[in-house]
Amino acid sequence: MSNAADTPVLSARGLRKEHGKGEGLVRAVDGVDLDVSAGETVAIMGPSGCGKSTLLHLLGGLDRPSAGEVSLNSRRIDNISEKALARMRRTDVSYVFQSFHLMEELSAMENVELAALLAGRSPRVARRRAEELLDQLGLAGRARFLPSALSGGQRQRVAVARALSNEPLVVLADEPTGNLDSDATLDVLQLFKDLHESGQTLVIVTHDARIAATADRKFSMRDGVLVDETLLTGGTTGQLGALVGLED
Amino acid sequence: MGRILLVIRLALRDLRRRRTEAALLLLAILAATTTLTLGLVLRDAAGAPYQSTRAATRGPDVVANVGRAADLAELGKLATASGVTEHSGPYPVLAGKLEASGRTSDVQVEGRDATIAAVDQPQVRQGSWVSDGGVALEATFADSLEVGVGDSVTLGGRSFKVVGVAVTAAMPPYPGASCIVAAGCINGAIPDDRNLPAGLLHNPGLVWLTQADVLSLASDRSSLSYVMNLKLAAPDEAQAFVDRNGGDHGGAIPMQTWESILADATDLARDSQILLLIGAWLLGLLAVASLSVLVGGRMADQTKRIGLLKAVGGTPGLVAAVLLAEYLLVAVVAAAAGLMIGALTAPLLTESSAGLVGGAGTASLTWSTIGLVTAVALGVAVVATTVPAVRAAQSSTVSALADAARPPRRTGWLITLSARLPVPLLLALRVTARRPRRVVLGVVSIAVTVSGIYVLVVLNAFLGDQPGTGAYTEAQVAVLRHVLLVWTVILLSLAAVNAIVITWATVLDNRHASALARALGATPQEVTVALATAQVLPALLGAVMGVFPGGFLLFAAINVITGGDSDKATLPAPWQLIALVMATVLVVAALTSVPAHLGGRRPVTATL
Repeated sequence: MSNAADTPVLSARGLRKEHGKGEGLVRAVDGVDLDVSAGETVAIMGPSGCGKSTLLHLLGGLDRPSAGEVSLNSRRIDNISEKALARMRRTDVSYVFQSFHLMEELSAMENVELAALLAGRSPRVARRRAEELLDQLGLAGRARFLPSALSGGQRQRVAVARALSNEPLVVLADEPTGNLDSDATLDVLQLFKDLHESGQTLVIVTHDARIAATADRKFSMRDGVLVDETLLTGGTTGQLGALVGLED
Repeated sequence: MGRILLVIRLALRDLRRRRTEAALLLLAILAATTTLTLGLVLRDAAGAPYQSTRAATRGPDVVANVGRAADLAELGKLATASGVTEHSGPYPVLAGKLEASGRTSDVQVEGRDATIAAVDQPQVRQGSWVSDGGVALEATFADSLEVGVGDSVTLGGRSFKVVGVAVTAAMPPYPGASCIVAAGCINGAIPDDRNLPAGLLHNPGLVWLTQADVLSLASDRSSLSYVMNLKLAAPDEAQAFVDRNGGDHGGAIPMQTWESILADATDLARDSQILLLIGAWLLGLLAVASLSVLVGGRMADQTKRIGLLKAVGGTPGLVAAVLLAEYLLVAVVAAAAGLMIGALTAPLLTESSAGLVGGAGTASLTWSTIGLVTAVALGVAVVATTVPAVRAAQSSTVSALADAARPPRRTGWLITLSARLPVPLLLALRVTARRPRRVVLGVVSIAVTVSGIYVLVVLNAFLGDQPGTGAYTEAQVAVLRHVLLVWTVILLSLAAVNAIVITWATVLDNRHASALARALGATPQEVTVALATAQVLPALLGAVMGVFPGGFLLFAAINVITGGDSDKATLPAPWQLIALVMATVLVVAALTSVPAHLGGRRPVTATL
């Protein structure tokens, strides 16, 4: 299911994730093949419980597959140690979660710099990078606010800034607009469009058609299987882009 | 009535649902109630052998003595005083020195009739009663000298054959004997630089000869004192009899009641009791710390249940009552079990003195003991649970139903400081900063434990020197060592439970933060080390505070309560204190490593 002629930055082959045993066996992900090229945005859509989030966890090494392979930059990551996976998450893959997952006791700035500090950057470098990202995302004035004092959209932007802190190869976003109201959703849609345009590789799990419309390719998922692939030339185009208010 | 039943039913259901936590709660309160019961019943348990001895030897209710023959008439008047039903004596008593097994000891030599006395007829445990040329020794004194029937001893330059070893209730066993000679006596250790007045007896033993032998040993009649044993119609009013007849120590006729002899005979039990009561209060503090952490964790777990109770019409009062009832039920069970265990094991911690008949029996629990132990158990539960229970009951129903976690505390300076540290320390400091109250409980718990250990080290060293000083015999030292052992085992067990419980509560509370840190690139090992370090840092602080000022203050408090002299004790050397702190930190690290390891490896996706 790949259209990329060049070497994919993220690749999955025969990926499977099973829960339970015997009659209670559930295949959350059932034989998924997927290639994501550098700079590409891929959207995965499907109903709740179809295995989208599980697939995203497998792609980023947060969970181990029952079978199959996952490679990042041509390097297998499904069979490496937890420690190696953790190091990979510091620099190569980062996540944006539906419910933001910000540390409540840390300010916006401290949340963003945490990823850089965990990656071993000096406090000064981490702080500078966080300031830069918050400034780019229009949150410079909110840097010292705690998450509880930010709106949903602002919290998600902080989470995105954190994900970009270590300049990862791939950003994996799990329902990034799932907890947002309409205005905040448009805000985040614009943010992902900007990321796409800047060449950031993105895999977005969503059941929001508007955000899927910003992708280069869109997959539909049912019962753990990718059942359909749609090529969206050049990302957000035509009537859909106008519909969601991203294009004139 | 219906509401009470509902509260109890809900409380019981929840306890059954969380059996491990309920068991830990029970264990924490049980440790405190058992120790407190031991302390309270020890005196009664220790008194049992004296009562047996009193019954077996027709023990006197009052022992009166005079220092010169001229006062014999006064002593005679006592025999016919109102309230006296029987008497024996007056018997002549001589201060002397006894040589046996190459040792010389001070003795009070009492001249007795070979026939059976109506009051205070010592019970012979070996051999026979006195006869001319034969001496009977008080049993503990004989044990101490390692002298038995058939051996020879020298008294006043004359050789006597040991014909018997006997026990009496007219005097506390050696080395706590009361003084019935005019020369005066002193018991206990004497500083090397202090000279005793000439003739004063030091730790005198008691021996019996026939009156004829005592008179023949006396250089002249003026060297003799006299003792008389009285039986009263109302033994419980012995002190009133002494007051009425102008006696008691320092009075015209020195008199001693059976109650004061009992008190002296159970002196050791009093020391044990003080140690156990102090231990009980320390364990009570530890139990409050345990409970606070456990209750905090359970309340966090029960948020949704509280929301449901309120959603179906439970008032804040009913919710608080249900939450409190759980802990009060556990406290009542712990009090009952503590009372039973304490009463049954108390006799194991009392001296089975050779100087008394029979061993210490099972002390019957008094109502005051039952009341105090129950009150302490309930008090510990109430102190630890009221605030979280009321807070939970007053929380918003909507947020409770949403199972919203209590927001963590932000400590800005610690977050800034931690940014400069390696990843495990960075995470550890932030874990610590999230729940400062729990950190305080951890510090207090370790400080209390280390203070207790400090005192144990001092007392252990002190007891090690005792057999040589004469304040305690080897058997008594063994008894006190048993008491200290019980202290140590219970204290360390509860401290270990605390360390594990606090770590597990931290693991649970930080499961989201730990999972997020791992999603951002922290390794499981770094998270494990962080969770363990978050316990070790407070443990280090607690251990240092436990030595100073904790240990010093506790030891000073014990000295004030017991009237002890801290100069007699050897305080631990600096290297011992450093070793104690380091050992504490290592033990905490070891205890917390397993829960921290489990917490560091929880599946990230399941948590997030």
